[in-house]
Amino acid sequence: MDVDLILMIIIAVLFACGVALVLERSLTRVVLGFLMLGNGANLLILSAGRPGGPPIVGVSAAEDMSDPLAQAMVLTAIVITLGVSAFLVAMAYRSWQYAGNDEVRDDIEDRRIMTRAARDLTTEGSDAEASDTDDQIARAALADPAAAGLHIDDGGAVR
Amino acid sequence: MTYLVPLPVVVPLLGAALTLGLARHPGWRRTVSTVALTLNVVVAGMLLALTTAGGPLVVNIGGWPPPLGIVLVADQLSALLLVVSAAVTLCVLMYSIGEGRADGESGTPLTIYHPTYLVLTAGVANAFLAGDLFNLFVGFELLLAASYVLLTLGATRNRIRAGTTYVVVSLQASILFLVSIGLVYASTGTLNMAQLAGRLDALPDNIRLLLHLMLLLVFGIKAAMFPLSAWLPDSYPTAPAPVTAVFAGLLTKVGVYAIIRTETLLFPGGRLGNMLMVVALLTMIVGILGAIAQADIKRLLSFTLVSHIGFMVFGVALGTAAGLSGAIFYVAHHITVQTTLFLVTGLIERRGGSTSMDRLGALARFAPLLAILFFVPALSLAGIPPLSGFLGKLGLMQAGVAVGGTLPWALVAGSVLTSLLTLYAIMRVWNLAFWRPLPPVRPAHLVHSAQPVPSAQPVQSAQPVLSAQPVHSAHPVHSAQPVRRETRIPTSVLVGDAGAAGRPIGMPHLPALMVWPTAALVVIGVALTILAGPLFDVSSAAADELLQRVPYVEAVYPGGVE
Repeated sequence: MDVDLILMIIIAVLFACGVALVLERSLTRVVLGFLMLGNGANLLILSAGRPGGPPIVGVSAAEDMSDPLAQAMVLTAIVITLGVSAFLVAMAYRSWQYAGNDEVRDDIEDRRIMTRAARDLTTEGSDAEASDTDDQIARAALADPAAAGLHIDDGGAVR
Repeated sequence: MTYLVPLPVVVPLLGAALTLGLARHPGWRRTVSTVALTLNVVVAGMLLALTTAGGPLVVNIGGWPPPLGIVLVADQLSALLLVVSAAVTLCVLMYSIGEGRADGESGTPLTIYHPTYLVLTAGVANAFLAGDLFNLFVGFELLLAASYVLLTLGATRNRIRAGTTYVVVSLQASILFLVSIGLVYASTGTLNMAQLAGRLDALPDNIRLLLHLMLLLVFGIKAAMFPLSAWLPDSYPTAPAPVTAVFAGLLTKVGVYAIIRTETLLFPGGRLGNMLMVVALLTMIVGILGAIAQADIKRLLSFTLVSHIGFMVFGVALGTAAGLSGAIFYVAHHITVQTTLFLVTGLIERRGGSTSMDRLGALARFAPLLAILFFVPALSLAGIPPLSGFLGKLGLMQAGVAVGGTLPWALVAGSVLTSLLTLYAIMRVWNLAFWRPLPPVRPAHLVHSAQPVPSAQPVQSAQPVLSAQPVHSAHPVHSAQPVRRETRIPTSVLVGDAGAAGRPIGMPHLPALMVWPTAALVVIGVALTILAGPLFDVSSAAADELLQRVPYVEAVYPGGVE
């Protein structure tokens, strides 16, 4: 099949920018990246169908018609992307309401296990004491992640 | 009887519309949801009987013939999974109704819960019934969109954080799915699975491999296969108990279902069998090692969920009838057992005030019924004879041994190891939460450094243990969540009179409407053991049907393709 080179380049650029943005920590950028990826994917499906005249009987001959199926699918995909983007934006806003920014944070339990592992490597203190401190960090982190971030980063000081 | 086929999708969607309109009538809302899901069970049961007797059922939506119109296909695999998922969703619905009643329901999030839950059910059914790739995509989106809402119910801080990971990862999977659909359409000119079955065979090997890999990648993310599983244990545990339960039971299994379809209908005898086996082995081992490291029951169960996906992928990767049949049996078993365990964890949280194993203890003494409800599915998960988990694993191992060779043997060894480690992980929960005496009361300053509270007053001393997220109590708006994890906790207290020998006063009486659905699921799990013979017959027949491919294709194209 024939491929429209310009369309392909546009798709490639959209995907490249989309991937770069999605890898960011800020949720707003992730939303933008997702929109770009979605548009790239939609263009890809569109270019998978045959180009041509309007697919309406009586307007163009059957062999000149573009592929209506690809367009129908893209329409569905656009609607879904729109709905989900709205949800993402709402989540970013909610995240901003809570934390004053929309950064995606690491899992607290993961960080707790990481700090515990790091401490186990450096010292061989009593287990009970260690887990108590861990708890404290986790509780504090749940209550106030920004402050707890400091605690966890210098876990040695807490101990 | 083909008019039955769309019902598992249509009925919950109608129910969702109705419950959305009934926002001011909680009683009617509960009735509508219950009726819709009960109908679902009946319809799914009839579908299973019909497909077992007479082969796949096909409906062309709107009367459009297959390659153009939307096709819904119910074969034995779809019907079996529909039955199990319908039963599980009904039980979880009853559980959440019970929880809502016990907590006194009001406020907006609850009005959202029922419609969203029904949409989720419809999405799962649509994915099971989809006869073309794009409709499968729509089914996925339907259940994902609903799951986004359910996972971030009430939009509390922790749920937003966990939900972000889940939503972003799922979105990337959706985009990849769209891209794969575009590529499949470009290279074959169709998305109808029956038609694809023939056309993909005719493609050059390299293109076929690329499409195969893309689709496996997408479904691997949904199913949480090892390198693509990191999102799951992070996001599931924060949701309310019934939501986590239904997610753990169904969502990953939809991914497994899609992998089964890809491997049998679209790319039979593909070259990725060995890769899938390695992935299955890694999923089992890495998943269960993660579970052992956890101190929280919900997180531990999330990791066992990842680990046991490996068993199903193992069966699919073998590619033999015995392997597939074992995998299908295991899916049915695992949906039931994993959902039960998460529901029980919800009960534990309610009774003991926490899901952290550091804080729980002596539940077997104070709540013997709860202990039984936990013990039976836990043993089944670990694969203790004669429970269904043992039978499923035995079937898979026999299939692996029958195939022979290095990788299958490695997988058999891996599954034995995983079963033992699962037993270890789950017995740790048993010992810590149920069997040991109550742990000593924690000094308040260690539990919550910000608010040292006089330990003489029971209620207040309980506060720091439980007010892990003071944010929520500061926002009265959120106290109206339907399944109120954070706000409910202050009433359920682990340690009553601090200082004295602590006794879990908590919630001495668990609501009957929460206990019975859980018990029903335990019974279903045991029934799977008793009915394992007939069930294995069904799963073997489904596996044969899948491997032959002809029944499926001929049902969609009665006169042959093209």
